[in-house]
Amino acid sequence: MSGANTKAHVPTAPHDDHDDHSHGSMRSYLIGFLLSVVLTAIPFWLVMNGVLDSKMVTAIVIMAFAIVQIFVHMIYFLHMNARSEQGWTMMALIFTLIVVVIALSGSLWVMYHLNANMMPVHDMQQMP
Amino acid sequence: MSENLIKMIFGRLTLESFPLHEPIVVVTFAVVALMGMAVLGAITYFRLWGYLWREWFTTVDHKRIGIMYMILGIIMLLRGFADAIMMRLQQAMAFNGSEGYLNAHHYDQIFTAHGVIMIFFVAMPLVTGLMNYVVPLQIGARDVAFPFLNNFSFWMTVGGAVLVMMSLFVGEFARTGWLAYPPLSGAEASPGVGVDYYIWALQVAGVGTTLSGINLICTIVKMRAPGMAMMKMPVFTWTSLCTNVLIVATFPVLTATLVLLSLDRYVGTNFFTNDLGGNPMMYVNLIWIWGHPEVYILILPAFGIFSEVASTFSGKRLFGYTSMVYATVVITILSYLVWLHHFFTMGSGASVNSFFGITTMIISIPTGAKIFNWLFTMYRGRIRFELPMMWTIAFMLTFTIGGMTGVLLAVPPADFVLHNSLFLVAHFHNVIIGGVLYGLFAGITFWWPKAFGFKLDPFWGKVSFWLWVVGFFFAFMPLYVLGLMGVTRRLRVFDDPSLQIWFWLAGFGAFLIFCGIGAMLVQFAVSIMRREQLRDTTGDPWDGRTLEWATSSPPPDYNFAFTPVVYDNDAWWDMKKRGYERPMDGFKPIHMPKNTGVGVVIAGLSVALSVGLIWYIWWLAAVCFVAILAVAISHTFNYDRDFHIEADEVTRTEGARTKLLAAGE
Repeated sequence: MSGANTKAHVPTAPHDDHDDHSHGSMRSYLIGFLLSVVLTAIPFWLVMNGVLDSKMVTAIVIMAFAIVQIFVHMIYFLHMNARSEQGWTMMALIFTLIVVVIALSGSLWVMYHLNANMMPVHDMQQMP
Repeated sequence: MSENLIKMIFGRLTLESFPLHEPIVVVTFAVVALMGMAVLGAITYFRLWGYLWREWFTTVDHKRIGIMYMILGIIMLLRGFADAIMMRLQQAMAFNGSEGYLNAHHYDQIFTAHGVIMIFFVAMPLVTGLMNYVVPLQIGARDVAFPFLNNFSFWMTVGGAVLVMMSLFVGEFARTGWLAYPPLSGAEASPGVGVDYYIWALQVAGVGTTLSGINLICTIVKMRAPGMAMMKMPVFTWTSLCTNVLIVATFPVLTATLVLLSLDRYVGTNFFTNDLGGNPMMYVNLIWIWGHPEVYILILPAFGIFSEVASTFSGKRLFGYTSMVYATVVITILSYLVWLHHFFTMGSGASVNSFFGITTMIISIPTGAKIFNWLFTMYRGRIRFELPMMWTIAFMLTFTIGGMTGVLLAVPPADFVLHNSLFLVAHFHNVIIGGVLYGLFAGITFWWPKAFGFKLDPFWGKVSFWLWVVGFFFAFMPLYVLGLMGVTRRLRVFDDPSLQIWFWLAGFGAFLIFCGIGAMLVQFAVSIMRREQLRDTTGDPWDGRTLEWATSSPPPDYNFAFTPVVYDNDAWWDMKKRGYERPMDGFKPIHMPKNTGVGVVIAGLSVALSVGLIWYIWWLAAVCFVAILAVAISHTFNYDRDFHIEADEVTRTEGARTKLLAAGE
């Protein structure tokens, strides 16, 4: 290393972990691993055994599990919390969520209206 | 040899794949091959291969990578412009029963290639190149956060460009328009290799773009000089940050969309087909979720350049720094909320269309605020009309026209009339040439002395400037008129002879731009030859305001011997005012990353992998895929990746600069 005044600006060096955030412990990795296995196994079981009668309900339950799964990964594998990297991780997460919500809800809204307006089944005389 | 064996070795590549029946392509190939051989021969003759490999191709220095990006962008500009002038000539000729000189097969490839090349391989490399060169210097850093990744990103971009160029001579390029909408780009309507070239060129280049986005965000967030709070960052760094955030957030959407299209084409899924539950409209929707932010990815850095130029050449602090930053951030967010305005006519109905029409109109407010900020920066300033400032003024005039036609297109009922017409073509060329390109030219002239230690020749620069600006108006104002008369885009022949005069005018404009590009190349050559007269020894030729002007021109490998400390927005201006003294001794060894050729190797393998996938040469694809993984993994075991520039050497370099500064006074 080349002195205190340049330290922050030395480009990436090998084995040079000068950041202070946690890299997790065996315990946290195990918890994360077990949670993600369980969260994967339950939806699999729901589909394979046809546990729930309605396909719609099954789909919604699977999506809920998927969302929980995402958070498990973020907390146990990506070691994210509100304080890491002076809040930049949190900010990036919020931005990502905004963008994903815009893209998903926007696409659903656009495509739904497209179907409602453009599919040939409906009767043009009924249009408002 | 049996037919099966040949097929296994060469996939669908046969002798007929080479477009020998197209005289234009053959002549082009001959010229390119001759010129290429001349260049390669010259490099070999002057024994430059070793030098190029050691000092440039394998470099991890952000400055050299930035310059290589610029060279790539300018080379591809020549190709993209050749396509443009061919289209203009065809459209000016094809009247009164004449078919012009291009057949439909060739013409359709040309307009597709023109769009793809100009956006992905001209504008993107030039923008990325400038950001790469300038941002670390502006924030007082030694390099970007991940220097090897930077080199790798560059070579992936080159890989994409190589694939597009290859399609000219081996096989064909897509004939679908630059966004390759299905079902036209699906397996049924486009069975050839054209769309596959398109997909893999963009995927390979897209890896580079995304990684360089991550790299620059990290650099800006983590490596700013002490004292440089977010609201003390130079505006160009701010716009670069926002642009790279956009890149990282949207390029994955492009990648995913193209993966779905590839699945449709390669394994027969039905995401974007017309039957079996597929929906081609979904592709249009997804690609514009990427596509609209993409235009802001290009224009935001240009806004940053204009801000730097306007305040430097007016000798004033930028007017409304805070509002400039907030306008940039607002544009970043809003750019995600407007994508549907690219397909108002698809039929989503009144509620959807009005929402997106209104958001589009709202986005012109922060943009307008920026224009006023630049005007107020100039107001009562001591303006120096040097080239970068001239480009800035030309931009403000041209871009405002483009912005107004944009607001016009944002009105859904008006869009129903103008959709897919030449009015639209005129509009986006108006904002991309008048905004992005003028900004890049301003940036190139502005930062050239920083990169090379001498200014660009002003005479040829002015020749190029006037030819470009006048040429632009000649080339695109007629298209507005034609568009209002209802002429649609991408047409090859015309029936109505009264339209021809407008195409002649547009063709004349294209010719002026051709001369403008020529003058620019002459400008580079003349400047290099007259470099001793144009030499700048101060490192600060324009009386600059931000940190990049604090170091020598060209900057030493380590940029700054000591990391500067920042107290004010215009850090270098502030240092000059406070009578800053350069440190002369007490230098310490500087820790630096080592060059590596792994980026070139992986990018080369990615090109080969793509060739395998495009031509169905499965063994090649498999071998390259495994090789990429092997090289990438083995690179992680390379621990010999850093070295120190010794204190003696730093002392010597800085001493040489001290002498140069004293001689200049």
